Amino acid sequence: MNATSTESARPNYWKVFLTFARNSLVRDMTFRVNFFLQCISSVGWTLMNVGFYLIIFQYADTIGEGSGWDRDRFFLFIATTWFINSLVQAFFMPNAQEFSELIRTGGLDFALLKPIDTQFLISFRRIDWSALSNFLAGVVIASVSLHGLATRETDPMIPSFSAVVLYLVFVACGVTIMYSLMICLSATSIWLGRNQTLYNFWFYITNFSRYPMEIYNRGLGKPLYGFFTFVIPVLLVVNVPARLIAKPINPRTGEEWMLVCWAFVATGLSVCVSRWVFGRALSSYRSASS
Amino acid sequence: MSLWWTILQTALEERLVYRGDFALGTLMRFLPIITQIFLWYAIFDSIGTVEAKPGSDIKAVQIGGFGFREMVAYYLVTMIARAFSSMPGLASGIALQIRDGEIKRYLIQPIDLIGFLLLNRIAHKLAYYAVAIAPFAFVFFLCRHYFVDGWPPPHVLVAFTASLVMGFLIGFFLEAAIGMIGFWFLEVSSLLFVYMLFSFFLSGHMFPLSLLPDGIETFVNFLPFKYLAYFPAAIFLGKIPAEDLPLEMAIEALWLAFFIIVCRIAYARGVNRYSGYGG
Repeated sequence: MNATSTESARPNYWKVFLTFARNSLVRDMTFRVNFFLQCISSVGWTLMNVGFYLIIFQYADTIGEGSGWDRDRFFLFIATTWFINSLVQAFFMPNAQEFSELIRTGGLDFALLKPIDTQFLISFRRIDWSALSNFLAGVVIASVSLHGLATRETDPMIPSFSAVVLYLVFVACGVTIMYSLMICLSATSIWLGRNQTLYNFWFYITNFSRYPMEIYNRGLGKPLYGFFTFVIPVLLVVNVPARLIAKPINPRTGEEWMLVCWAFVATGLSVCVSRWVFGRALSSYRSASS
Repeated sequence: MSLWWTILQTALEERLVYRGDFALGTLMRFLPIITQIFLWYAIFDSIGTVEAKPGSDIKAVQIGGFGFREMVAYYLVTMIARAFSSMPGLASGIALQIRDGEIKRYLIQPIDLIGFLLLNRIAHKLAYYAVAIAPFAFVFFLCRHYFVDGWPPPHVLVAFTASLVMGFLIGFFLEAAIGMIGFWFLEVSSLLFVYMLFSFFLSGHMFPLSLLPDGIETFVNFLPFKYLAYFPAAIFLGKIPAEDLPLEMAIEALWLAFFIIVCRIAYARGVNRYSGYGG
C-alpha cells in the first residue's frame, strides 16, 4: 500500500455501519407483511413468558427465599434480559448465522479482501430490525414494573440517577459479553466446517443467564455458579445491571461491588479473547473452492 | 406391503447415518432442565417447605398439585412426550412440496402422500429412539430420585404408552393438516411459527397446565394441544384419577379421529385446487 492511499483507505466505521443499517432496513421493508408477522410472533413469545412468570407469582412472593426478587423487581430483571437479548438478536445473531454460511460457501474470501477490519465487517453487516420489537416489549415491562416498584405500599423504591447511569453502562457490558461469546462460537465453524448447532448451543448457554444467580448458589449449583461467573461469564450479563437498577445502591456489601467490578473486567477480557479466537480462526481458514 | 416395507427401511438407513451427532444433540437438549431444577427449587423454597421430613407435621409445598420433585419429573417426562409428538419440518416440508410442485409425484405415482409421510415419520422416530434411548436412559437414571413414587402401576404404564402413541399420531395429523394450508396460501412459515408458539404454551411444555388459573385451565383442557405433552406426563405421574382415565383416553381418540378426517379432507380439497405446471 503506498503513502497516498493510506489516508483514503482508512474507512469511516461509523458511516459504514449506518449504511449497513440502512440497507437492512430497506431489505426488511421490502417484505413488510413478513416483517410485521415476525414482530407479532416475537411479542407473542414475550407475552407467553410474562404469563408464565405471572402464574409463578400467583403462588410465590419471591424467586428464592430471602433473595429479594419479588414481582416488580423480578420483572425488571426480565426487562433487562429482554433488552440485552433483543440487541444481540438484532445486531449479531443474523451475522453469526451468515458467517458460518460464508465459510461453507467460500464467500469469506470476499470479506477478507475488503479494506476494512474483517471482524467488524462480519459482525455488523446485517441488522434484524424486527428483533427490536422485543426491545420495545422490554421498555413496556420495565416501565410497568418501575411504576409498580415506585408506587407500592411496602418498601417502595425509585432508582437513583447514578443507578440508571450504571445500569446503562452494564447493559452495554452485557451485550458486549454476549457478542464476544457469539463470535467465539461462530469462529469455531471455521474449524468444524459448518456449525448448525450454533443456535442451539447459544440457546442452551444463555438459558443460564435468564434467572437471578442466587438460585444456583446452593449444593450442586455452586460449580455452575462459579463456571458461568468466572470462566464463561454469562451469569453476569443480566444479573449485574438488573441488580443495579432493581435494588437500592446503598447499602451494598463489598462482595456485590466486587461482582460489579468483575463484570467490567470480564467485559474487557471477553472482547480480547474473542478477537484472539477470531484471529486464530481466520489464520487457519482455507477457502472452500480452491 | 413390500413397497411400504422398502420405504420404511430406506428411511431408517437414511436416519442412522448421523447417529453420533444425534446422541450428543439429545444430551444437550437436557441442559435447560438444570436451570428448571434450580428455578423451581427457588420458587418452592420461597413459598415454604420444599421437602417434608419424615415424621414431621409440616407439609411440603405443592403448586397445582405438583411437589418440587414431581415438578422436575414432569419436565423430564414431557421430554419423552415431545420426543413422540414433535414433528420437526413436517408442515413446512409439505408446504414446500406444494410450492415447488414436487407434490405432483404423489398424484401420478400409486403412493398416497399422507401414508408415505407417516411411514417416513415412523421410521424417523424409530431411528431416533434407537439412538436417543442411551442419553435418555442416562439422564433418567441420574434423575431417578425425582420420581418419588417410583414406577407407576402396570395399567397406568399401558395408558401412558397408548397416550404416547396417540400423541404421536395427533401431532402428525395436526401438523400435516397445517402443511396442507399451503394449497391455499403459498407461504406458511410465519403461520407455523405462531402455531409453534401456541403449542409450546398450551401443550404444557412450558409448565404443567394445572398451574393455570381455573377458568383458563378448563378452557385449555378442551383444546387438543395438551395431548402433545401435558397429558402423557400427567398420566405417568398419576395426576389423572384412575376413574377418569378411560374417558380421557376416549376423548383423545376422538381428537385423533377428528384430525385424521380434517387432514384427509384438506388433502382431497387441496389436490382439487392444485394445478401443476411445467415438467
